[in-house]
Amino acid sequence: MDLSVHTQPQYPLGGEERHTLAMQTPAPCEYSRATSVDDAIGQLEALNGNARILAGGHSLIPMMKLRLANPGHLIDINPLEPELNYIRQEGNEIRIGAMTRHRDMLESDLLERTFPHIFAEAEAVLADPVVRNRGTIGGSLCQSDPAEDLSGVVVALKGVAVLRGPGGAERLVEMDEFHVGPYMTAVGDTEMLTEVRFPIQPGHGSAHEKVERRAGDFAIVAASAVLSIQGGVIKSAGVACSAVGPTTMHIERAEKALVGQAPSEQLFAEAGKMASEDCSPSNDGRGPADYKRHVAGVLTTRALSRAAATALR
Amino acid sequence: MATTETAPGKHPDWVAHATGDAFGKITDAPVGFGHMKRKEDARFIRGLGNYTDDVRLPGMVHGALLRSPYAHAKIVSIDTSAALAHPKVAAVVIAKDLETLGLAWMPTISYDTQAVLAGDKVRFHLQEVAFVIATDAYAAQDALQLIEVEYDVLPAIVNARKALDPDAPLIRDDKVGQTDNLASPEWEAGDKAQCDRVFAEADTVAVRDLLYPRCHPSPMETCGMVADMNPETGQLNIYNGNQAPHAHRTVYAQVAGLPEQNIRILCNDIGGGFGNKVPVYPGYVCAIAGSIVAGAPVKWIEDRSENLVTTGFARDYNMHAELCSKGGKITGLRVNTLADHGAFDSTAQPTKFPAGFFHIVTGSYDLDGAHCAVKAVYTNKAPGGVAYRCSFRITEAIYCIERMVDALAMEMNVDPIELRMKSFIRPEQFPYETATGWTYDSGDYHKTMKLAMEMADYEGLRREQEEKIANGEIMGIGVTFFTEGVGAGPRRHMDILGLAMNDGAELRVHPSGKAVVSISAQSQGQGHETTFAQIVAEELGISPNEIMVRHGDTDKTPYGLGTYGSRSTPVSGGAVAVVSRKVRDKARAFAAVMLETRPEDLAWEKGRWYVKGDPERGASIESIAEYAYGPNPLPEGLEGGLDANAVYDPPNLTYPYGAYISVVDIDPGTGKVTLRRFIAVDDCGVKINPMVVEGQIHGGLAEGVGIALMELISFDEQGNCLNASFMDYLLPTALECPEWECGETVTPCPHHPIGAKGVGESACNGSPPCITNAVIDGLYRAKGIKHMDMPCNPARVWAAMTGNAQPAQ
Amino acid sequence: MLVSMTINGQEHSHDVEPRLLLVHYIRENAELHGTHWGCDTSNCGICVVLMDGEPIKSCTTLAAMADGHEIITVEGLEAADGTLDPIQQGFHEMHGLHCGFCTPGMMVTGRWLIDKHPNPTQMTDHEIRDAISGGLCRCTGYNNIVKAIRWAAAYEADAAGRS
Repeated sequence: MDLSVHTQPQYPLGGEERHTLAMQTPAPCEYSRATSVDDAIGQLEALNGNARILAGGHSLIPMMKLRLANPGHLIDINPLEPELNYIRQEGNEIRIGAMTRHRDMLESDLLERTFPHIFAEAEAVLADPVVRNRGTIGGSLCQSDPAEDLSGVVVALKGVAVLRGPGGAERLVEMDEFHVGPYMTAVGDTEMLTEVRFPIQPGHGSAHEKVERRAGDFAIVAASAVLSIQGGVIKSAGVACSAVGPTTMHIERAEKALVGQAPSEQLFAEAGKMASEDCSPSNDGRGPADYKRHVAGVLTTRALSRAAATALR
Repeated sequence: MATTETAPGKHPDWVAHATGDAFGKITDAPVGFGHMKRKEDARFIRGLGNYTDDVRLPGMVHGALLRSPYAHAKIVSIDTSAALAHPKVAAVVIAKDLETLGLAWMPTISYDTQAVLAGDKVRFHLQEVAFVIATDAYAAQDALQLIEVEYDVLPAIVNARKALDPDAPLIRDDKVGQTDNLASPEWEAGDKAQCDRVFAEADTVAVRDLLYPRCHPSPMETCGMVADMNPETGQLNIYNGNQAPHAHRTVYAQVAGLPEQNIRILCNDIGGGFGNKVPVYPGYVCAIAGSIVAGAPVKWIEDRSENLVTTGFARDYNMHAELCSKGGKITGLRVNTLADHGAFDSTAQPTKFPAGFFHIVTGSYDLDGAHCAVKAVYTNKAPGGVAYRCSFRITEAIYCIERMVDALAMEMNVDPIELRMKSFIRPEQFPYETATGWTYDSGDYHKTMKLAMEMADYEGLRREQEEKIANGEIMGIGVTFFTEGVGAGPRRHMDILGLAMNDGAELRVHPSGKAVVSISAQSQGQGHETTFAQIVAEELGISPNEIMVRHGDTDKTPYGLGTYGSRSTPVSGGAVAVVSRKVRDKARAFAAVMLETRPEDLAWEKGRWYVKGDPERGASIESIAEYAYGPNPLPEGLEGGLDANAVYDPPNLTYPYGAYISVVDIDPGTGKVTLRRFIAVDDCGVKINPMVVEGQIHGGLAEGVGIALMELISFDEQGNCLNASFMDYLLPTALECPEWECGETVTPCPHHPIGAKGVGESACNGSPPCITNAVIDGLYRAKGIKHMDMPCNPARVWAAMTGNAQPAQ
Repeated sequence: MLVSMTINGQEHSHDVEPRLLLVHYIRENAELHGTHWGCDTSNCGICVVLMDGEPIKSCTTLAAMADGHEIITVEGLEAADGTLDPIQQGFHEMHGLHCGFCTPGMMVTGRWLIDKHPNPTQMTDHEIRDAISGGLCRCTGYNNIVKAIRWAAAYEADAAGRS
């Protein structure tokens, strides 16, 4: 393990394009605006896979400027913000519209009351305040960067994605299956993510732990923990780690070990050990794999401890 | 805090001039030294700065560089036909085209040559291969993707320690007689035999391999140029933010075969330099050649990845160091350094000092013996090395000695401040000749160290640390005491490319009594428009509001070597003080005639000459100016007018110093380091403007946070740079920086006209070893870890904690 | 395509390529040079302007996305009669700038922070540093930028108190 020579860059690079071109501007492309969700989907269909949805733009536009992403056409869905930016409770679920900005999730009383404190914690360390004004939950999840903070949060919360396709067809995809691989999601070429839904559990406590090289950086490792504790017993658990695998690592083994148990430091240490064993980090500029594996364990344990403390208050 | 008398001003009071001179009326401006708000702020806070990318000229076209994806490869072929066919492309220039102009290679500041565009082969990742000129910037970048280059990849040398292996590929096969990758043969200072004797008698010896990793100055404005060759007049106007405009003009005159008076360099405003804007870059030569070829102004502005990967990096020094003690005091130092200069040697330092001022590595200590040797190699990486507030390799030297003092304290099991106090050069020893040939002129180190200890409550910190460590927490306390040598320099000893390191200054007092002083120093944010006015104000008693400081235009300023190495105040400041005194002396002669007395009967109080013993009888500088230009009898031997010029040759460097203490908390589970406190006590002699001085220190401290904790330029085995953007080359934000705690002691420089020393780089010298010492102090007391290299980012700290610290590469 | 927006209260309308970044529209088409750029990856915050009152990174926004919106750049901070905004004065009073390159983005962000904060004179150090953490400065070491923002908040509270 040689820390002074790193072997893998952080963002996806296509073969010989790697580092060849020092770019700063996007390649030529066309641009249109959506008038409705169905209109956006209709455009996706008509453009036959050569179009990308543009929301906050803070994942897509940087890739375009580096010419790592070269969509022929951009469909700007910002005009749909009035209908797609919302955080509301419907029955036993919280539903967040795909265009909800990070800043809105950070400042949402509803999210803080319902899911203390995972959204507030994850959003506070996601990028920086200016990026949070524009970036959206839909954009972040569809970017599917393995180190993205919110991905761990939505998996730990057992979120479900609503995908709309041509003709108004909708399907639900569990967040677990939503992230297929690095920068790859289950969203089809003619589909659009419109909403993410989260089940509300009684006795909720949650936390997000992150280690980064510098404020605003992607996580070296992040851990998201969600507990539902009733009568002194863990009724349900969600444990996910970011940046330690090709996509978000859902630590199901830890969840199973936690359910039905009374919260304890010992239990959380064991869960952390499972996170450490089950994740699949790689060497890169943020750190070597064994370090990340170790930190996944440490952060999972800490996140669970704090989640429990919140739940038990 | 806000006071009612400082209401927001109206901009009509502040007039911003296109050339960068701001003539502003600053409230409460002292007539001389002291806290003064800056005149140049006027344009910047209104968004009216004039940086290189703001330049717009009629008919201007845009250049972009195609760069190599390989660190080492032969160029087999270049096909520019598709790019040339692009409707917006005016020209595509490759090495072959430059050869006909004699511009394919250019000289470097260290008497090497560097390819402007690669012809035979490429020698570092993202080296320049072709230059496209198009009608707009986006099209220029589009056209880059249309150029086809065929490469034959060669093995790359990435590790400096392997550069001299017998089977290492030869990088500089363009140089006649070059048979290996040695860039600069071994250079030594000190007495080796004496040093060996001292070590033989030592009680304790500490040995460490120290890597000062490659990092990058990364000013917020990247490098760029607008080159405007007028084919009819033969006049070449260059708009370019660089730190040494006169020296650059001389280089371009040689390279382009133009007389110097036909070249005008306008720097205007510069968005930070830090040494990054000292070298001449291939992009500049391409822009100039492009303008000659296209017959139109050519703008070339690099992007951030070009800046990080190809422009002048800093450090990359592998140092094997030994420090010894006897009787509780440090006695000897030996250092052997291997320097990585990249593929071309473009390090910038005075000619007689190929390792810069590294041999100031004996630091602040009274040693009985010292020896250092430095040699440099070529590698397949970008050229550079001397940059980033390094004072010509003094950052490397101070890092070395201050790490070693802490290491020795560890081996001796004594407190690191105690060891320093016992080993400092004592006040009565000044002027002090070091074992490697420097003469420090003045200092009182113990006083400065004590003040830092008081401000930090050092004893309280150590008590707190003991408790925390016992509790399983990791708290570290770092100490550094540095002495720098800045203000190059005396012309007998110091030249760059055969240009003596002296600076000129011209001062004209107008008939109205207002003035303009023209300087050769080149601000990149250091506040020269204010501070140099303050020097004149101090000498002549004219308000700084009435003194314009002219800089940034080679047509309008005297010759000088520019701003880097903290030389502006020591050298240009000296020149301005001297020229002001010349004017004052002339004024005395005029006043004598005006007052019908002899010059020796006059005394000076700020702003006027008056008759000794009869203070009511005097002449203000304003009335003297009016007289000097008027139809009046002149003093014997003097001509009319009230102006002067001077070229200042400093007798020595100046030696600012400081005592720094830092406190870190390290997360034992993740290795994350949080800098909790930083105490900096600096001694830079007399201060022209304490507000500006403090600002310089704050900035340097933040850079030290970056260097110590997160900045790193690294490569993979093929020589690809892995830190080619701000996603991977991390700079500190406001959240990583604590509230800086700054103190001062003031020990005037005995030889400088105003008693000042330079200070611009001090903090960047002192803070990296201070923070690194803090991290290692914590790791040592908690886990017995004795060493790690920077950057102390979480992964590296954790590796060190768990006993897996990587040796220096 | 035609892209129109209001910048500092003035209407601008230009025919541009869809891929044109907002920062270039501001600098080249609207010819306002006070907004700068410093990186390729949306990390430095040098390009920050206000869109509908909120700071955005103009290098990571297409001009087309700003069509129909209101942009404020550094040039729009001063009043029509030339009176400086307290944030500008604060940067001058507290030596919050050296080279001036990051200053427009920092001032615009400071302006926004004071405007949205419920109690600007009570802002904590952390709140201010967090708000400007999307911007990089290489010169000042940040202390004086924090002080500059505080100065502006205090000045405004003072002025409000007196009115």
